[in-house]
Amino acid sequence: MSKESLFSKKNRKLLTDPLDDNNPITVQVLGICSALAITVQLEPAVVMALSVFFVLSVANVIVSLLRNLIPSRIRIIVQLVVIATLVILVDEVLKAFVYDVSKELSVFVGLIITNCIIMGRLEAFALGNTPGKAFLDGLGNAFGYGFILIVVAFFRELLGSGTLFGTQVIPLEWYIENGGFYANNGMMILPPMALITVGVLIWIQRMRNRKLIESN
Amino acid sequence: MEELVNIFIKAVFIENMVFAYFLGMCSYLAISKTVETSVGMGGAVVFVLAITVPLNFLLETFVLQEGALSWLGENFKDVDLSFLSFIMFIAVIASMVQLVEMIIEKFSPALYGSLGLFLPLIAVNCAILGSSLFMQERAYANITEATVFGLGSGSGFFLAIVGLAAIREKIRYSNVPGPLRGLGITYIITGLMGIAFMSFMGIKL
Repeated sequence: MSKESLFSKKNRKLLTDPLDDNNPITVQVLGICSALAITVQLEPAVVMALSVFFVLSVANVIVSLLRNLIPSRIRIIVQLVVIATLVILVDEVLKAFVYDVSKELSVFVGLIITNCIIMGRLEAFALGNTPGKAFLDGLGNAFGYGFILIVVAFFRELLGSGTLFGTQVIPLEWYIENGGFYANNGMMILPPMALITVGVLIWIQRMRNRKLIESN
Repeated sequence: MEELVNIFIKAVFIENMVFAYFLGMCSYLAISKTVETSVGMGGAVVFVLAITVPLNFLLETFVLQEGALSWLGENFKDVDLSFLSFIMFIAVIASMVQLVEMIIEKFSPALYGSLGLFLPLIAVNCAILGSSLFMQERAYANITEATVFGLGSGSGFFLAIVGLAAIREKIRYSNVPGPLRGLGITYIITGLMGIAFMSFMGIKL
């Protein structure tokens, strides 16, 4: 039996595929709700990406270890218990070490339970693969998810509020009320614009990567 | 009676799960390719919501709320289990979804095949957990109101997903730029539908 090295070509593909060819948000259509709810500003988007990163990779490994023990009839409940436990863990860790951030984010952390990207990867990958592969799959998907989240939040915060991470980046003297020519685009803060931003991102991604184009 | 009609209309149009709160997006976008499958998905969501919202209402009233356990005796009067509501709600939802999955698999294998991966995902459809949490937040007076609210938000989701599927069936005949075909244009359509639905927001019932 030949042992596959951790960074063989196949395993590297598991890690890099979700970044572009198989991105959770733009190709697999998973985890949209949170992508819309928390991308008004960059900071919550970054913390959300990190939390999902932890929950997804650990949940993938745990479910993959248990995959032969879980009866398929009750697998959803088992998966949800694993996810909910990890989310509570993240919540408690945030509360203990960065209390200010956790206070700001408590609702968003709870949202991870219903983030379908985690459930989707557990169902589609971890249930049928070894823990090592499941871990790489989790890492890759979390990166792909976080990448889109941060790009969307970057544009929404920049165009909607003129700030990045809460710091003003558009010079104040540009604004109309200070005698300039610029006004923030209030539309960008509303949820529909998150959808349209993601739509435009998909457009750009598929212009570069033409094999993703759908037939109709 | 009037109160019930108000709750229903409000849940369907003014506080539409998809367009006003953007909940349940994943299944909404992925299962809306044809009207037929979207009707199946919408129906499943209405069904699951109509069962889980009243069930969670009972759970909330008799177990989780502060002082809800007083029917057990004097000693339990001060018990407040509301911190458990996430886990309890999701457990109820997950078991109900598993039940619906078994029923559909048994009686309609074709529908089961076309809903595929997304049937288990109803469990993590944020619209379902979201409705239960809204039910908790708005503190409906009795189980009838809670049921009507569940039915209403389910119907709102049904309306949204069937509407999107109908638009997507038509747009197949249009000349959409290649890279935007499929998912890209769907996001943009949803965004525009969302902007349209925002006009309901000012209505007070």
